[in-house]
Amino acid sequence: MEDKHEIRLCGFGGQGIVLAGYIIGQAATVYEGVNAVFTQDYGPEARGGACRADVIISEEAVRYPYIDKPSILVAMSQAAYDKYIVSVREDTLVIIDEDLVKPTGTISNQLLSIPASRIAEELGRVAVANVVMMGFLAAATNALSPDAMRKSILASVPPGTEDLNTKAFETGFDYAKAKAS
Amino acid sequence: MSDRGHLEGEHFMSGDDACAEGAISAGCRFFAGYPITPATEIAERMSDRLPEVDGTYIQMEDELGSMAAVVGASCGGVKAMTATSGPGFSLMMENIGLGIMLETPCVVVNVQRAGPSTGLPTMVAQGDMMQARWGSHGCYSIIAVSPDSPQEVYDLTIKAFNLAERFRLPVLVMTDAAVGHMYEKVVIPPLSEIELVPRRRPNVPPEEYWPYMPDDDLVPPMANTGEGYRFHATGLTHDEQGYPEMTAEAQDRLVRRLVEKVERYRDEIIEVEEDSIEGSEVVVCTYGITARVAMIAVERARQEGIRVGMLRLITIWPFPQDRISEIARQVKAFVVPEINYGQISLEVERSAAGRAGTILVPHMGGDVHNPETILEAIRQAVK
Repeated sequence: MEDKHEIRLCGFGGQGIVLAGYIIGQAATVYEGVNAVFTQDYGPEARGGACRADVIISEEAVRYPYIDKPSILVAMSQAAYDKYIVSVREDTLVIIDEDLVKPTGTISNQLLSIPASRIAEELGRVAVANVVMMGFLAAATNALSPDAMRKSILASVPPGTEDLNTKAFETGFDYAKAKAS
Repeated sequence: MSDRGHLEGEHFMSGDDACAEGAISAGCRFFAGYPITPATEIAERMSDRLPEVDGTYIQMEDELGSMAAVVGASCGGVKAMTATSGPGFSLMMENIGLGIMLETPCVVVNVQRAGPSTGLPTMVAQGDMMQARWGSHGCYSIIAVSPDSPQEVYDLTIKAFNLAERFRLPVLVMTDAAVGHMYEKVVIPPLSEIELVPRRRPNVPPEEYWPYMPDDDLVPPMANTGEGYRFHATGLTHDEQGYPEMTAEAQDRLVRRLVEKVERYRDEIIEVEEDSIEGSEVVVCTYGITARVAMIAVERARQEGIRVGMLRLITIWPFPQDRISEIARQVKAFVVPEINYGQISLEVERSAAGRAGTILVPHMGGDVHNPETILEAIRQAVK
């Protein structure tokens, strides 16, 4: 793992963006033993509008809890992409749901994509698109420990959905590995 | 107290959740409240958790009722708390005053958002710091603490309960929307490792008990209502038996004691965190979420060669005036960023008493400071 990752997840309210931020932070702190802080954009307009979850993961203690320019931006809706793409650096890794986001107007030179929502639908529930995306993120970057993520997902999802969520994570994970090879 | 329902271990938790868990760890078994952003999650979690530990959760009709119920529950012998934000805090002021007058241990949490009035319900501020000190009418001393992380919310909520029992008064946990909604790791120790201050019980037979006859440290032992001790509670100025006594002499005796029982033990109560104050030429003095934002400015200033120290106030009231007065003899100035238009900065200025300057870095709320504005103030301070 590199020393510090600043991950910004964004999408529309209801996609499980905030839950994804929580799962990633829990994986890092409780299951991997590094430091993490998770903050969120929280407003009455959150459901349906652009929402974001910011997670900083670091070997060192994190005092300043906010992200100025993320090292990784995950966008799962066009509105959220348009709102947050201005925050990236040239070396920010941008990951999009390719069916939902047209990646225009970015200075970032690193772009990866996955049809996360389509894959989730094929698995049986579009609601697990966020978990597909987390699988992809865990495989495509060195920011997260895949094992810690698996544990954190199982500890966080509603009872009875463990198999579906595990499958969603592994599918996203394998998709990234296949794409890279 | 049994370990049942105690959530020992490492958790990834928000400040609000950590507050509820701190309360449960401290033995709080009564919560009365009225949901309000950004404090709602505390009520929500207490409504889940209290039934698991045979406690009571009541959603009241408003914040006046909430605070009244908390005072009543504590008089009945149960550790009690409520949690709110600015608009609810305003409504609680009357009965916080009753809690002070009746000398009722309890904890009031204010997850501050931007005001005045309903302001910015979901967004951060630190605008209620003076309200915490002076918001209820009359003359009194209060204890208030201000955490800067979910872990510290947990720790200070326990401390607040302990101080409340030790000094018999409502203790305020002044957190903010940023810390309340921020998630970090929270370590909850085994119950056996948590130090709890028990209620000071009467040491005389029921028929000899006077509810407001203080011990040598000015704090009276407390009988629970319904146990057979005679107990008269009134918001009116009262004598040591609890009966109204409408004289300037009784007022002097009572109110002087209400103030002194806190002020005399300032050193026992006050907690601050210091970083590199020795040899510094400027000290950033702040609290809550702003301390974490200011740290970036402090680090950048040090890279520029400025000798800057950091004084983080964990206890806000009683104010750490003696330490600030000491530091004022060695530094050029204090830089005080806070998310209001100058509240704690006034106390710093008073404590420094002209020996060092005080530079306020205000913010009207809705967001935290840009660290650059704090850095600029640090540069100004050493010019």
